[in-house]
Amino acid sequence: MEAETPLLEVQDLQTTFDLTKTLSIRAVDGVSFKVNAGETLAIVGESGSGKSVASLSIMGLLPKDVGRVSGGSIKLNGREITTLSDAEMREIRGKEIGMIFQEPMTSLNPVHTVGQQIAEMVIRHEKVTAAKARARAIEMLDLVGIPEPKSRVDNYPHEMSGGMRQRAMIAMALACEPRILIADEPTTALDVTIQAQMLELMQDLQKKLGMAIIFITHDLGVVAEIADRVVVMYAAQVVEMASVEDIFETPRMPYTAGLMNSIPRLGSSVNKIRLEAIPGTVPALTSLPGGCRFHPRCAHAQALCSATEPALEAAEEGHMIRCARWAELTLAKQPVS
Amino acid sequence: MSAPLLSVTSLKKYFPIRGGVLQREVNTVKAVDDVSFDIQPGEVVGLVGESGSGKTTVGRTILRLEQATGGDVRFDSADVMKLNAADLRKYRKRMQIIFQDPYASLNPREKVREILTHPLKLHRIGTAREHEDRAAKLLETVGLSRDHLDRFPHEFSGGQRQRIGIARALAVEPEFIVADEPVSALDVSIQAQVINLLEDLKTDLNLTMLFIAHDLGVVEHICDRVIVMYLGRVMEIGPVADLYTRPNHPYTKALLSAVPIPKPGRRRDRVVLKGDIPSPINPPSGCVFRTRCPMATADCARQVPKLKAIGPGHLSACIHTT
Repeated sequence: MEAETPLLEVQDLQTTFDLTKTLSIRAVDGVSFKVNAGETLAIVGESGSGKSVASLSIMGLLPKDVGRVSGGSIKLNGREITTLSDAEMREIRGKEIGMIFQEPMTSLNPVHTVGQQIAEMVIRHEKVTAAKARARAIEMLDLVGIPEPKSRVDNYPHEMSGGMRQRAMIAMALACEPRILIADEPTTALDVTIQAQMLELMQDLQKKLGMAIIFITHDLGVVAEIADRVVVMYAAQVVEMASVEDIFETPRMPYTAGLMNSIPRLGSSVNKIRLEAIPGTVPALTSLPGGCRFHPRCAHAQALCSATEPALEAAEEGHMIRCARWAELTLAKQPVS
Repeated sequence: MSAPLLSVTSLKKYFPIRGGVLQREVNTVKAVDDVSFDIQPGEVVGLVGESGSGKTTVGRTILRLEQATGGDVRFDSADVMKLNAADLRKYRKRMQIIFQDPYASLNPREKVREILTHPLKLHRIGTAREHEDRAAKLLETVGLSRDHLDRFPHEFSGGQRQRIGIARALAVEPEFIVADEPVSALDVSIQAQVINLLEDLKTDLNLTMLFIAHDLGVVEHICDRVIVMYLGRVMEIGPVADLYTRPNHPYTKALLSAVPIPKPGRRRDRVVLKGDIPSPINPPSGCVFRTRCPMATADCARQVPKLKAIGPGHLSACIHTT
């Protein structure tokens, strides 16, 4: 297992945005993680944590002239992809990496039918005939649970409901059987009953097709349901990384523990407790505090926390923590009913 | 039980759909259809439902930000629907609203001082000198400080803006507040701050609140009673502990089981509903939920189920309820 090349390996990734000629920010600052075949990695963080920028960097979709990968490496199956040309990246996107986004209406083209859009992808990457591509499109729509796929294939996106569009988008992302699917807040805009459908569908498809999933979200409930491993990001850095059980059972970084304790859980009406909010706000990337980036909001901060920036350390096999005091802290946990 | 502060009876709000060259009314959206409930003084009532369920429209219609199509709203026994402009203003002093989007609900050209003293001027409360003190006090109540008076909304974070929105609603010392998804747009760590603030205000100021939200965890945390809506109708009403531990209506059951639980490895018997919410233009006949209901039978299409009492203060609108 150890010697196996990970499917995706992100090493010390730096992504810089040039805001003005003189002002740049590092939206992703030294992020490293691996994704193995068939596993689901969740990247969790609040707005501005850099989780979406990290995924855009992997897909090579950073806004031109503003954002760029300024350091580190991203290897897909051992092949460096940060140095590839646009044309080479286009070959990879859709074929090897599938993508789904939060808003299906912005990623589906409104003037083409859903079938045309899926078929176009298949033809582009697999050089098959139009008839075969259309058959694949119908097969994919069927796979994602769209009823009557043979007639739905000729629908325009506006003729579908929100949940169905989301399914169509997943069908498109998976049409060329990518080895890895990047899903950026795919269920955030959905109602809970539709979200439940989508999560079930994605897990189902993962079992059938065996792809790895990078799931970007701010919802810890969703993370607990689908992830195998979790990366927690705060102010452009990874602050904790562990298996999903460890993250929820024994969070070691005060920020992670704080996030856990600030979500209102079902069962609170029987067992009334006050939420433990994290004080203050997420710092702007233009004015980051010195030392640990979380220390101004941290209940456990001491002088050393503002003096030096802690490194990401391994507490045990597979559990990484960025906190100078992790070894001496016992973090309180909200009881789970 | 004392007299309710707010009493809503058979509230209806239909929006016309116009079409053709003459913009004639071709159809209607029944956004709210026959909704009734009471709110006691000091009570926080949650209104939950998915998008299109009509929960926001209920809130807006009660405040007369929308004109109701039918039904009756009584606030402290006054008939809100029949108030004239002058009386409506007096009534609005007693009822306020907190909006979802802290970025869109504050005027970007006004300083916080103006945002907070505006309602005082409108309702002719106090002198100009007192206004400043009152504004500063309001900021302290919501966890900000006097120094923030001369700042513009863009200088604040989302959570701080929502605090300003809450301070504005509190400015005229209302008895009743409609909070329309007040924490949905906020990050998790900030959301907890605002929930705690609302809980403190509820205790300190004895506020009565209609809390509209789609997040069932948040609603359970903050509310005393819950109303579950689907396609413009009430499916179930009940005390929060009762409704969350013993949901009766199939829709409430499905909704609760769909909420992801932040505890890995727990796979529950989830009721995954098939399909989407139907269009409110052509809602299903009989029970509006029947097209997605796992328990639906032919009878469900025949009649609109009435709310039936199944426990103290706990009502459910399902013909299969025994």
